[in-house]
Amino acid sequence: MKRLLFILPILVFAGLAAFLGFGLTQDPKELPSQLIDRPLPEFALPGIVEGGPGLASASFRGEPRLLNVWASWCAACPQEHPVLERIAKEGFPVYGIAWKDKPEDSRAFLARYGDPYSGMGSDFPGRTAIDLGVTGAPETFVVDKKGRVRFKQIGPISPEIWEQQIKPLMQQLRAEA
Amino acid sequence: MLAEIGHFALILTLLVAIAQSVLPMLGAIRGDAALMAFGRSAASLQALLIAISFGSLMTLFGQADFSVKLVANHSALSQPLPYRLAATWGNHEGSMLLWVLVLSVYGAGIAKFGDNLRATLQARILSIQAMISVAFLAFALFTSNPFERLFPVPLDGAELNPLLQDPGLVFHPPLLYLGYVGFSVTFSFAVAALLEGRADPAWARWMRPWVLAAWIPLTIGITLGSFWAYYELGWGGWWFWDPVENASFMPWLIGTALLHSAIVTEKRGSLAGWTILLAIMAFSLSLIGTFLVRSGILTSVHAFAVDPERGVFILAMIIGATGTALAMFAARAPMLKSGALFGSVSRESGLTMNNLLLMALTAVVFLGTFYPVIMEAVSPANKISVGPPYYNLVFVPLATPLLLLVTIGPMLAWKRDDLATLGRKLLVPTAIVAALLAALVLAFGWQQVVAALGLALGAWLVLGAVLVLVRRWWGAGGFSLRLVRTTPAATIGLVLAHAGLGFTTAGIASMTSFAAEKILVMRPGETAVAGPVSVKMLGAEEVDGANYRALRARFTVAQNGREGLLISERRLYTVSGNQTTEAGIGVSLLGNQYVAIGDVQQDARGQGLVVRIYWHPLVGWIWFGGLLMAMGGCASLADRRFRIGAPQLRSPLAPTLVPAE
Repeated sequence: MKRLLFILPILVFAGLAAFLGFGLTQDPKELPSQLIDRPLPEFALPGIVEGGPGLASASFRGEPRLLNVWASWCAACPQEHPVLERIAKEGFPVYGIAWKDKPEDSRAFLARYGDPYSGMGSDFPGRTAIDLGVTGAPETFVVDKKGRVRFKQIGPISPEIWEQQIKPLMQQLRAEA
Repeated sequence: MLAEIGHFALILTLLVAIAQSVLPMLGAIRGDAALMAFGRSAASLQALLIAISFGSLMTLFGQADFSVKLVANHSALSQPLPYRLAATWGNHEGSMLLWVLVLSVYGAGIAKFGDNLRATLQARILSIQAMISVAFLAFALFTSNPFERLFPVPLDGAELNPLLQDPGLVFHPPLLYLGYVGFSVTFSFAVAALLEGRADPAWARWMRPWVLAAWIPLTIGITLGSFWAYYELGWGGWWFWDPVENASFMPWLIGTALLHSAIVTEKRGSLAGWTILLAIMAFSLSLIGTFLVRSGILTSVHAFAVDPERGVFILAMIIGATGTALAMFAARAPMLKSGALFGSVSRESGLTMNNLLLMALTAVVFLGTFYPVIMEAVSPANKISVGPPYYNLVFVPLATPLLLLVTIGPMLAWKRDDLATLGRKLLVPTAIVAALLAALVLAFGWQQVVAALGLALGAWLVLGAVLVLVRRWWGAGGFSLRLVRTTPAATIGLVLAHAGLGFTTAGIASMTSFAAEKILVMRPGETAVAGPVSVKMLGAEEVDGANYRALRARFTVAQNGREGLLISERRLYTVSGNQTTEAGIGVSLLGNQYVAIGDVQQDARGQGLVVRIYWHPLVGWIWFGGLLMAMGGCASLADRRFRIGAPQLRSPLAPTLVPAE
């Protein structure tokens, strides 16, 4: 019986190692999205400033836009932030949804890192994120002129991903009728 | 040329480490003194070679030699020299090199200061230490070579993230590494003890200074990290429970448990199995935490498997080190001689409780950090992140009994004590703290009862620490200077560390309940109020810095009739285009006033600056307490008994050869 106690640590560790090993084989890029080529689910979110403008799905018309789901508590979001600022500077509109984030925390984050967003909605209850099929922050949707989701980036947009994948797609969507 | 020298020295270090990992161990098994002596010289040589390698890399950064890929990617000409030098370890490859440097410096330390160690034990420790070195050196050389060249050579580099251009970065990672890597020594001690089948009081006494040598820098590192996050990262949070912080906190918790468990093994010969297990865990958590986090695997659920090659290598290393050690633990630890028995009310059982609670706290942090990874494996559709609410809910209820115990523990007698005696000793502190609690509740009202409890808990800890000294100095014959003079340094260490914990607790309680904030748009001449702080904006202007442009705003801050001037800046770094905020912080004993500016914004009354004003009561106590704990560790390290060594039989001198005539 006492012997068993000494074996316990290695058993626990073996279980953990198995999980980590399994995790290593998972490719995070292979998450399917049900929304590709379907219209953006409907939402109308309040803003992060009281009384300020919010964000609604209806406004995703007429021009291709990016919809970035982020949060002040998300560790990878500060990494992604400079890329979003660059995207905005290059003239592509980026809209944001602050997911499960208190408005004051979201505001503090934007005050701290700068605000590249053309519009921002607060999804503190996390309902809209469920409709969008968000699995973690950050995630970014490419929405075309007709309000359909065309691409979903899971995880932060790196400068390479922007240059090689999303920017060409945005230019192509702009050219579409 | 310098890059090639550095690279070559790194390869040589690997070769020396390979020899050191085999020969001294062989010497210990065969009883060959020459092979064991080789281990000592090899350890010093290893440290020398890796110092040359690290020095080369640092010089390359100093010279801004952009023909080296790492330098080109992580520094820029416009960067001030100290920050360029600090950039050496501000990236994955360089920090790996720093890691092996620290590892071999500790190895050389065992070789140099380990004279009073059993020779076979020292040889085994050096071999195990070298095995760890081999793994890391191979990792650095084969998957993250810092000396890789770049062609064509760029004219200027891509600078370090300006968030990291801060004195905090210069000292923070090296301190943490001293801590993490320091636990490699205790790990080697534990494995060597398992190999020898001996974990006696002498072994624990030899190990304890090394536990402290790791624990002290880790404590300072975490404290500095928290302070850095507070004044650099933004809105006045001082702890975010993010994976990087947790990675340093888990080894600290286990290291603290190890520190206490080793006392029991040293004084009473018991809990040897625990001590060994904790030593293995402390290093394993350093490995698991740091490398899973640094490799980007945990920064986001999504960043998993960004670099599978490195990930596999790291996992193999963790399984190799921890798996082997735990397997040996399962096989050998039951055979270790257990020391003296102890009663259910005794110093030993108090320390056992402390160990269990610290283990539980570590498990809580571990689960919170790794839950996303484990969930992902179980059901890929359910990706989640764990936030502060989880920690507040689970961590606090477990930490509270531990903090209560901290004051009770030192009052208990070794071996056997009884509740009646303990009750008498507890009477005074309980009465004082209860009175304080009542006063606090009266002052703040019932709705702030949690804050009052937290502050009272802080007072309980400080009082408990002071009482240790009081009991020591007032002997049977009243106060005596002789008793003051003969107080062991280790006792002073205990008092400082426990009091430090009290200050930290009070600071956390006050920050959690009384912090005030206000965010608004301000124009020069306007005044705003947050909590007891009243802030008036004087003006704003554009200024130029070394490698940034900034918007600078000046404020007068008034509180309790006293006025001060605060300046806050918003910087734009021209090369990378990154923006940072330098907050203006007014520091006092009772709390900090914190003013930070944001963007220019339009509101109903025209254009103004977004200003965030905070009042952070007692926030400084959190870090003061941390530093006090580290000072306690230093005092304990200075204790005489570590230098005189455990009584032991010296091996007889080699018999002199007598010519056979």
